[in-house]
Amino acid sequence: MHPFILERPRDLAAALALRAQAGRTDAPAEYIAGGTDMVQLLQEYARRPDKLVSLAGLLDTRIEIGSQGLRLGAAATMAQVAAHPSVTEQFPLISEALLESASPQVRNQATMAGNLLQRTRCPYFRDIGYAACNKREPGSGCAAIGAENRWHAVLGTSENCIAAHPSDLAVALVALDAAVETRGAGGQRDVPLADLHRLPGDTPHLETVLEPGEVITAITVPALPAARRSHYLKVRGRASFEFAVVSAAVALDMNGDRIRQARIALGGVGTKPWRMPQVEAALAGASLEPAALRSAAALAAEGAQGYGHNDFKIELMQRAIVRAVATAGART
Amino acid sequence: MTKDTRLTDAEMRARALSRWEGEGGALAPPGAADSIDESELRITGFTSSGRLTMTSLHVTRRELLELAAATGGALLGAQLLPGAAPPAAAQSTGASPARLDVALRVNRTAHRLTLDPRTTLLDALREHLHLTGSKKGCGLGQCGACTVLMDGKRVKSCLSLAALAEEREITTIEGLARGEELHPLQVAFIERDAFQCGYCTSGQIMAGVACINEGHAGSPEEIREWMSGNLCRCGAYDHIVAAIQDAVAASGSVRGG
Repeated sequence: MHPFILERPRDLAAALALRAQAGRTDAPAEYIAGGTDMVQLLQEYARRPDKLVSLAGLLDTRIEIGSQGLRLGAAATMAQVAAHPSVTEQFPLISEALLESASPQVRNQATMAGNLLQRTRCPYFRDIGYAACNKREPGSGCAAIGAENRWHAVLGTSENCIAAHPSDLAVALVALDAAVETRGAGGQRDVPLADLHRLPGDTPHLETVLEPGEVITAITVPALPAARRSHYLKVRGRASFEFAVVSAAVALDMNGDRIRQARIALGGVGTKPWRMPQVEAALAGASLEPAALRSAAALAAEGAQGYGHNDFKIELMQRAIVRAVATAGART
Repeated sequence: MTKDTRLTDAEMRARALSRWEGEGGALAPPGAADSIDESELRITGFTSSGRLTMTSLHVTRRELLELAAATGGALLGAQLLPGAAPPAAAQSTGASPARLDVALRVNRTAHRLTLDPRTTLLDALREHLHLTGSKKGCGLGQCGACTVLMDGKRVKSCLSLAALAEEREITTIEGLARGEELHPLQVAFIERDAFQCGYCTSGQIMAGVACINEGHAGSPEEIREWMSGNLCRCGAYDHIVAAIQDAVAASGSVRGG
């Protein structure tokens, strides 16, 4: 690891004053909470901050459910949230997405906010043996385009970066219209999860809209009865402990045997968690017949661009939608 | 007939040596003068899934030359680390961050250490407290050989900074037995021959104890899913699953953590 100063502030105000920043390669200081991603990045020299600011013990770990919906403290662990009875009962999508992520050990360590802010698994970002990575070194190029790229995104890419966003949790939360509560120098604010992550565009090193010092303090998920009928389908190279090749988060509001409203988001295919409004619109009023699902899912390919090795994802994501909707629809 | 794409031993050695790189990509640190005798060296390799991994080693130049001579360059990070310098060894940049006083509680014993902030919990256990039961396989949270219990919950000690583990109760494999009386899962691992080389075993046992205590050991399928954070390169999985099942059967309330 590159040498760093480790700050262990006594309270959140002191932490904020140090103006660390998550998800920015040019930030001189970064936050560390559960550490499961940050320590990997440090060990691999993909991140070399001069200062780390620990958030250990400074953030809320509570999991609360009420008439407004679900509120997850930023420092609640993946394991705590996945096993919480209210989450498994009312938001099975969230529990499934978490249990299909990482390993039991990592789920005991990793936090809610840290999961949303984890960095891409793009091997060219993580291996400093590759000089070209605009996310790691702005202006250095993209080693993934034109090379081995079966792990990479087909939606939201730019000529500067095609790295896929790795979080399963974020995909489930985007489907459920979740938001994050943040605290920073400018006070508190709510950011819809759909707006938290940026598209790479010309600035792939800027991954979120968080300002210097700003921390996520909680995740809020609005009350949604339809969330009981939901499913997270994860397609991956091995049965467990692996990132998604393609994933689909689905929540269905049913009217008899027809879909009143569907919520669909995809993982593994986008440079950020990717909501599918055109597929949702096509499914409104549709039956669960395979042909109806297939024609709606075909709309997911709109705007998708393959880069060679990952072309298969454009077909696979449609099939994942069909299967996830059918599975959720079969639930009562 | 498909072409055999496996590398010969000689090719493997050549590749391993060619991938040795210091800070900045060269074997020698940037601007390194001959007077600098410590450098950080890295080995890069591919896992079966095609993902790139790196292992950092801290060795002196003299140690490197001796090791290279002894092994023909075919070095494996994991086996070297126990003999390597502490992780806080001087860096090629010359900068040395301020050390921190860290209070750790391990196996019901309190320790006070002064550590480089970069020290992981695993390195603190192994290199500073000399509890070498926890193993460093990948150092990146992928293999599970470093699994310990933190406040009774299993974690990967290679992904925790020691300075952030204060006020937590750490249990390592050394703290599992009661005197000469082995934990039921340790007994089951021996009876079931649930290991071959043994490198992953302490991590498997610590994860297995947690798996049982969590109530995730109800069936072979459930055990396999909930033990997926621990790899065994010898492939002793069938016996590991059987040992965990035995330990569940042996005691209604398996202790630990």
